[in-house]
Amino acid sequence: MSEKGRIVAAALAPHPPHLVYAENPPQNEPSAECGWEQLRWGYEKLRRDLADIEFDTIVVLSPHWQTYVGTHFLGVPHFKSLSVDPVFPNLFRFHYEMDVDVDLARMMHDEAADNGLVVKMMENPDFRVDYGTIVSCHLSNPSWDKPIVGISSNRSTSYYSVEVMQEQARELGRITREAIEKSGKRVLLLASNSLSHRHFTTEASVPEDMSHEHIYNHHQYLWDMRVIEMLRSGKTQEVVDIMPEFIEQAVSESDAGSFTWLLSALDYPRFEPEFYAYGTVIGTGNAIFGWYPDSEEGGSPQ
Amino acid sequence: MSTIVKGLLVPGIPHPLLAPEQNEGWQKLRDGFEAARQELIECGAELILVYSTMWPSVIGHQIQARAEPEWVHVDDVFHDLGSIPYKFKMDTDFAQTLQECSTERGLHARTVDYHGFPIDTGSVVALKLLNPDNTIPACIVSSNVYADRAESVVFGKAARDAIERHGKKTAIVTVMTLSNRLFTEFIDPADDAIHSPKDEEWNQKLLEFLGQGRLEDVAQLSREVHRQIRVKKVVNFKPMWWMSAVMGQNNNYDGCVHAYAPLYGTGGAVISLTPTPSGFGNKEFDEDDVESFSGDRNVVDSGSKTQLEPEDTLPAEPTVHTSSPTIQTDAAPKPVGSYPHARRVGDLLYLSGVGPRQPKTNDIPGGPIRDENGDPREYDIEAQTKAVIENIRVILEASGSSLDQVVDITAFLVDMDRDFAGYNKVYNETFGSIQPTRTTLAIRALPTPIAVEFKVVALPGG
Repeated sequence: MSEKGRIVAAALAPHPPHLVYAENPPQNEPSAECGWEQLRWGYEKLRRDLADIEFDTIVVLSPHWQTYVGTHFLGVPHFKSLSVDPVFPNLFRFHYEMDVDVDLARMMHDEAADNGLVVKMMENPDFRVDYGTIVSCHLSNPSWDKPIVGISSNRSTSYYSVEVMQEQARELGRITREAIEKSGKRVLLLASNSLSHRHFTTEASVPEDMSHEHIYNHHQYLWDMRVIEMLRSGKTQEVVDIMPEFIEQAVSESDAGSFTWLLSALDYPRFEPEFYAYGTVIGTGNAIFGWYPDSEEGGSPQ
Repeated sequence: MSTIVKGLLVPGIPHPLLAPEQNEGWQKLRDGFEAARQELIECGAELILVYSTMWPSVIGHQIQARAEPEWVHVDDVFHDLGSIPYKFKMDTDFAQTLQECSTERGLHARTVDYHGFPIDTGSVVALKLLNPDNTIPACIVSSNVYADRAESVVFGKAARDAIERHGKKTAIVTVMTLSNRLFTEFIDPADDAIHSPKDEEWNQKLLEFLGQGRLEDVAQLSREVHRQIRVKKVVNFKPMWWMSAVMGQNNNYDGCVHAYAPLYGTGGAVISLTPTPSGFGNKEFDEDDVESFSGDRNVVDSGSKTQLEPEDTLPAEPTVHTSSPTIQTDAAPKPVGSYPHARRVGDLLYLSGVGPRQPKTNDIPGGPIRDENGDPREYDIEAQTKAVIENIRVILEASGSSLDQVVDITAFLVDMDRDFAGYNKVYNETFGSIQPTRTTLAIRALPTPIAVEFKVVALPGG
């Protein structure tokens, strides 16, 4: 392609399966009466904004494809299977079908390998796509009419430190941006993670009973608000700078590297993003943000 | 007599199943699995209970209850080794029994019975190699990411309860590696090795202990093992806590190391433990024993669900253990930590803090102050205070004293504004005429969901 590819939109798109459960899409076996509306309505606004943007591919990095040896990329053109959440199987048993942009995935893989990262293409057709990828993609694009690039979470935090994860995620973000530019494609990026991530370990008999839903503790809430305020004012580099402390203090799911990766791929935008929602899911803190580099202010294109 | 006939430790990384021919050590481990399989046949096991460190859970403890789970599994990391089709046979009755026993010990536990539920790689590898023809029904349980020692031990004891109730000869299988540091780069199979000399030294220590059948000794070392050779993927190194609790918390086993070899940098070992009356013997243990968990998860003292000791196993008359300066009595509520009900020092009798829990059932008269989700609920402070005083009376009488010998009371209330009047009214009915000195304090919380607790000093004579 002659035209330079670019990231046309990016979203912090957390993946609690509860949100899909409460939406009652036909693909999901369980059904709910209601639940987690603030976040679900936030996703509605995100979808409304994405409808005004043309993009070719969704690139998603999910904390729930956990790889302990390198970063992996989905490398099979088409998947069709049943995803059952191992933690909340009562809520999420989702029949999925998706196309994969293997060409773009391979470009990222090769670019990363050339830059010294440990990477691998996942080419086993029996592989089951993780539920984090599925939830974030479904809530952002329920028609499933765009191919995806699925990237695993290299759990380098487990072996080294959050700082090492940060460095690898920064590098992967930069490589992602450069591969997209070379591809000539218009891409939506999704970082599929919560903010604070300490769960309750019991569940109400009716999972969508919202009288039980609140943040796990005040400390987590303070950290979530601190990060959200920084994001709202365009201080993305500063968010990355405090990420190790955030992860340690709030057990943040950004230890997966996904959020650092996304901000790095956007080259640490200083403009104000679109803030769609904040809400808790079984005690964890979740925010939905959108960055639109092509719009005048960087926020919503509407 | 326990019906546990075997304990096995096996690795869950898929190379011995999918690629044994690529590395001599992987083949050794495969052969070790085969030796363990033979042991399972010879010991007549009728049930295999699998605890996999590769199945994390968040909502309490999950128990596989699908009668015949079937899928084609692919590992998240080693997908290039190939697919693993499986169809297992589960003992659904046992799964239900284990769920019930866990609930009775206050744990949050649930069975999972869903087509397509993702059974983890470790469980799949273990069952494919140890029980390839499904001749022995199995059950798989999860490893809760937040559970530390107390909860892991209680869950192990719940499994032991279920095994005894079920009555079948049972083999315990723990899926884990010793050191768990994988190489973080792709390696040529021929280059596989234990990741570091330090990992190797600790692995050798564990092999020596387990080869001698010293399971509880290893369980007691778990925190140190975690610090030394475990990558922090979960909260702690917990499989030995669970396994030892299931098997009776002792060192009385014939241990056999069938195989030990590197598995992509980790320490893979196949080890069997056969219960024997003449084992290594129990040594000094530093860790407390626990019957119930009292952390922040509201899993103890949740009303009538917690029945730690069935009625028919309790002695008909209260038993008092007074061979030391400390006093413990079965007629008072069981302590939630390592402390006696009372201790005599000189001419005074000191009681540990006494709450309103009922001795046999752990029920809280007047109701707990929080529900099982930790949310506040209505309760009766007068009923709780009466129960506290009754428990004090029982402990004093077991110590040869009585309520009218009380000389000092410190009372703790979690809500002074709400509860002082009701507490004071009931207090006066008993102690108004006795006139011990008293201090009443407001505190943030007590270890169980109760509103009031007394600390008492009394004269020992009745």
